[in-house]
Amino acid sequence: MNIVVCVKYVPDATADRHFEADNTVDRVGVDGLLSELDEYAVEQALQLKEKQGEGAEVEITVLTVGPEQASDAIRKALQMGADKGVHVLDDAIAGSDAAATSLVLAEAIKKLPHDLVMCGMASTDGSMSVVPAMLAERLDVPQVTFASVVEMQGDQVRIKRDGDAATEVIGATAPMVVSVTDQSGEARYPSFKGIMAAKKKPVETWSLADLGVEAEKVGLAAAWTAVEATEARPPRSQGEIVVDEDGAGAVKLAEFLASKKFI
Amino acid sequence: MTEILVLVDHVDGQVRKTTNELLTIARRLGEPSAVFIGSNVDAASEALKTYGAEKVYVVDDADIKGYLVAPKAEALQQLVEKTSPGAVLISSNAEGKEIAARLSVKTESGLITDAVDVQPGDSGPVTTQSVFAGNYTVSAKVTKGTPIITVKPNAATPEQADGAAAVEKVEVTISESAKAAKIVASEPRKATGRPELTEAAIVVSGGRGTGGNFEPVEKFADSLGAAVGASRAAVDSGWYPHSFQVGQTGKTVSPQLYVAAGISGAIQHRAGMQTSKTIIAINKDEEAPLFELVDFGVVGDLHSVLPAATDEVNKRKG
Repeated sequence: MNIVVCVKYVPDATADRHFEADNTVDRVGVDGLLSELDEYAVEQALQLKEKQGEGAEVEITVLTVGPEQASDAIRKALQMGADKGVHVLDDAIAGSDAAATSLVLAEAIKKLPHDLVMCGMASTDGSMSVVPAMLAERLDVPQVTFASVVEMQGDQVRIKRDGDAATEVIGATAPMVVSVTDQSGEARYPSFKGIMAAKKKPVETWSLADLGVEAEKVGLAAAWTAVEATEARPPRSQGEIVVDEDGAGAVKLAEFLASKKFI
Repeated sequence: MTEILVLVDHVDGQVRKTTNELLTIARRLGEPSAVFIGSNVDAASEALKTYGAEKVYVVDDADIKGYLVAPKAEALQQLVEKTSPGAVLISSNAEGKEIAARLSVKTESGLITDAVDVQPGDSGPVTTQSVFAGNYTVSAKVTKGTPIITVKPNAATPEQADGAAAVEKVEVTISESAKAAKIVASEPRKATGRPELTEAAIVVSGGRGTGGNFEPVEKFADSLGAAVGASRAAVDSGWYPHSFQVGQTGKTVSPQLYVAAGISGAIQHRAGMQTSKTIIAINKDEEAPLFELVDFGVVGDLHSVLPAATDEVNKRKG
């Protein structure tokens, strides 16, 4: 069985994330890392492999599209236990929207043996949550998304999803695209052994030409949407803070609510 | 006038409030046509008429019920080809965004998700989004194909307007591959009797400081007619269901009033509530980062402050 895990290298959410002059996200000037939400996808892939037991031929490939530094995201996934990496690196990709990113990912996946394509539920930067559905559309395979539990038997996959209206069990036959939520299980930390082993694991770098994708179809100029302006939100100014003594806090809280006409 | 397609978000014909918001936005951009996928359209079309839908396209879902988003995207694609609309508006929830994603690829059209405002512009709709945990505001537009926009709850105040709501049945062809992922079992969530979290005007959330006891949070919420939310710490501890989580990996809320009780305010949480109009925090720790954002804060134990505040609110309501 072959699992391809799609991961994204994102600006650290605790750093000062900002836009460049052309309104694209600054992906180089801000410290980046493997998107936390993609760690859950790597973890579930590793667990599926472990459940297949010793001797089962399961290979996990980590796939990313991004700038030079995005190889950090691949390395982290390899340290966690994935087997090999593919980095699609091409200057023409910079500024791509979700549609173009899904195109590049889909063409790369087509070149890899894949029974399962696994993704996180969203990126922590763009947080659109649309790439898994776009991938399924482009690959013409089923999508089972937002899984909190993933189970696989042969080529049959069952997932549990905690939706707004109901908890559902969804079934489909591989090959397919699966996305997992942060409820699927804590991602493991790389062990020392894992870190050492990762150094010997193969990572291939592919260009758009390797994928047969024309440069005109990706990047900022080819995006199907355009950002007209970005503006930092003015910081909120701190209001009144009271210390609760002898129940005074509750009275003042109610007075505040009344002054704002909430009661 | 240009037709604007609005995908109706409904449960068995009961139209959700977000659809009224979408119809209100659609009227700014052109002539709203509702797209209703499902059964019980009679109940729905009355509501859709009230918010100005001129047409109601009905796609019977007998054939596609029990499958995920792919058939709905195919149905919408066929409607887009038939009507050449000025835009397609869809509710920005998990299902809506995935339908939009597939429709975008199918029609080679630009997609903007999570809009908090949509206004007409010289070359199509202009959207406003709140990004990077609410720290930036982005205005954007679609430059290719039919603008597909998913819109967050509370992006507009629903305004009534009388529409013709002419019902038109639409025959669509659904491919076999769209039916490849099937819902095998479904257990409906128990109704809480409280407003829906993302749609509520007031949200009261509890965090680690509750110590697992959400009763004071729920009672205070009920005194204000509010929805109840929870921080990731509270959800991860198993104190409250994940569907109530406010934050980056849960729901993003933008209510008139947000009350955070026993929540310190990690970036993960702030991402889900930072754009609320008014913010109140109650926390024992005066150093809690959330206090930096608040309009009003109480340094104190939520287990004594909330019950007393609940009494006070009920007393004032008379």
